[in-house]
Amino acid sequence: MSRAETPMRQAGAEPPEVAAPGAVRAPSPLWTFGLLRNELVTTFRRWRTLALLGVLAAVPVLVGIAVKIETRDGSSAGGGGGAGPAFIAQITNNGLFLVFTALAATLPFFLPMAIGVVAGDAIAGEANAGTLRYLLVAPAGRSRLLLTKYATVMAFCLVATLVVAVAALIMGALLFPLGELTTISGTRISFADGLGRALLIALVVAASLTGIAALGLFISTLTNSGIAAMATTVGLLITVQILDQIPQLHALQPYFFSHYWLSFADLMREPVYWDNLVNNLGLQALYAGVFGSAAWARFTTRDVTA
Amino acid sequence: MDEVSATEPDPGAGDAEHGVIQTRGLTKRYRGGQLAVDGLDLTVPAGSVFGFLGPNGSGKTTTIRMLMGLIEPTSGTARLLGRPMPRASRAVLPHVGALIEGPALYGFLSGKDNLLRYDAADPTADPRTRRARVAAALDRVGLTAAAGKKAKAYSLGMKQRLGLAAALLQPRRLLVLDEPTNGLDPQGMREIRSLVRELASDGTTVFLSSHLLDEIEQVCTHAAVMAQGRLITQGAVADLAAGARGRLVVTTPDTGDAARVLKEQGVADVVVAEDRVTAEPPEGELAELNAALVTAGVRVRGFVVERASLEDAFVALTGEGFDVAG
Ligand SMILES: Nc1ncnc2c1ncn2[C@@H]1O[C@H](COP(=O)(O)OP(=O)(O)O)[C@@H](O)[C@H]1O
Ligand SMILES: [Mg+2]
Repeated sequence: MSRAETPMRQAGAEPPEVAAPGAVRAPSPLWTFGLLRNELVTTFRRWRTLALLGVLAAVPVLVGIAVKIETRDGSSAGGGGGAGPAFIAQITNNGLFLVFTALAATLPFFLPMAIGVVAGDAIAGEANAGTLRYLLVAPAGRSRLLLTKYATVMAFCLVATLVVAVAALIMGALLFPLGELTTISGTRISFADGLGRALLIALVVAASLTGIAALGLFISTLTNSGIAAMATTVGLLITVQILDQIPQLHALQPYFFSHYWLSFADLMREPVYWDNLVNNLGLQALYAGVFGSAAWARFTTRDVTA
Repeated sequence: MDEVSATEPDPGAGDAEHGVIQTRGLTKRYRGGQLAVDGLDLTVPAGSVFGFLGPNGSGKTTTIRMLMGLIEPTSGTARLLGRPMPRASRAVLPHVGALIEGPALYGFLSGKDNLLRYDAADPTADPRTRRARVAAALDRVGLTAAAGKKAKAYSLGMKQRLGLAAALLQPRRLLVLDEPTNGLDPQGMREIRSLVRELASDGTTVFLSSHLLDEIEQVCTHAAVMAQGRLITQGAVADLAAGARGRLVVTTPDTGDAARVLKEQGVADVVVAEDRVTAEPPEGELAELNAALVTAGVRVRGFVVERASLEDAFVALTGEGFDVAG
């Protein structure tokens, strides 16, 4: 039992910069962001996150190729009528429309599903792995950890949306002509103006996802199973999307987080039609407030036994 | 749970009077109705290596979860380094390293990145020294060579070491180790024990839970014994073992005669078992007792007082084993 038989290092051999016991100094307020930085890096280095982003990037690529093939003979995409996602008929004239089409195609399911996976796993996944207890005794602080998780999910919303938009822009530029474009109202705007609106639309789409992000995070605080939290969040998304189609429920529908999602198209009107955009952003703020508070109330009082 | 600022005066200024860990009537009833810890009054002196002993399910982990602010007590109070938990979590926990119910790691991160993450979670940990401290902690548990390997490829022993390294990222005043040798081979157990002794010799108070008596006996200066959520006893290990008195053991083929002679000499609690007669050791001179046996024609083949171990104390206290009346 002598100490020599162990490869573990002897006491007193720490490097000199390690402070003496009891001499933990007052932390700089900026140090508190160390966890956020680490959380962002950890999240975006995960294989699962990269796979989700890869799937999202594939959507505009596939849509672009499909439109290109379908219009080889000079016919217009979407049969010239209302079929297919918004803006699809205009892609052949201007590749920038692939950005709008791709966002319109991914917003109902792909994007929120990816958010649901990341948000649902945020707390429950850590509880499942047991790492939550070590973060809490570090001590990360429950409010600080929850805020860090929400900020990271929001960052993922933004990155996911930008991945779709940028992949669509690249694909559109490769396959179709670029140039001036016609708004829904029929007016012409310059390509630079169109690019600006595309960026604005991407930001609005990302903001549209803050509601389900908060909902997913709340669900994540309820269980110790990451899979269960992800499945519940995605299940709720699908349910709400279906209920939003049932005419008898029209009185409730304005409160569904997805109800105004496609209002981003109003940014392509001249002048911009703001009503539904404002409704959407207000509704997202409401969801973020309600479910963010619920998540906080639950997480700061819950027993962490996993 | 984190309204107390981390910049408050040094926690634990009153360790000496109050104990590094002090609980009063600490009770936890889980939501399922299970009473896991029942009115625990625990005092852990500063500088001790404190063994928290109890069979599986006796409430050790539950107690540690309450101490670390992971779960709320149903009633009673817990103080860590002189400050109330879980209210003072933010001020106290940076001074406390913990291994709770085994290590938990991010399998997709390397050992080093696991430690970087846990260190980043501590708002008092200086990011400028982070890499150096992580390297020192890895070195201390002998994991430097495996630092870049993904944690999911670690063996159980390596995971346990990495968990310990996480507890050693900062200089700590208190280490709380919940069954740190669980699942390790004898060599791994020896290594952990010598690390614990080493840390204790640096002046760190170590609170070590275990269901293994010999482990506690080997490394601890103090111990508390739990059974079914209740504290049976606590104190210095030497006192606890002394509390359970040794047994006088006479080995002889003439057990009947030996028992009669011992009783005649006023020895209490004489028990005959096969070729052994055991009894409570008398106060007086043992040599006289032996002489009396020999004089009476008893063929004495062995005559010893077996020293009480912590195990005897435990058996006597929990009422398990032969001494059912206890
Ligand atoms: N999360 C929990 N929910 C309900 N009961 C629990 C929970 N954790 C532990 N218990 C029960 O509490 C008792 C004490 O468990 P524990 O503190 O883990 O004991 P030990 O660590 O000494 O083995 C056991 O009966 C156990 O079944
Ligand atoms: Mg346990």
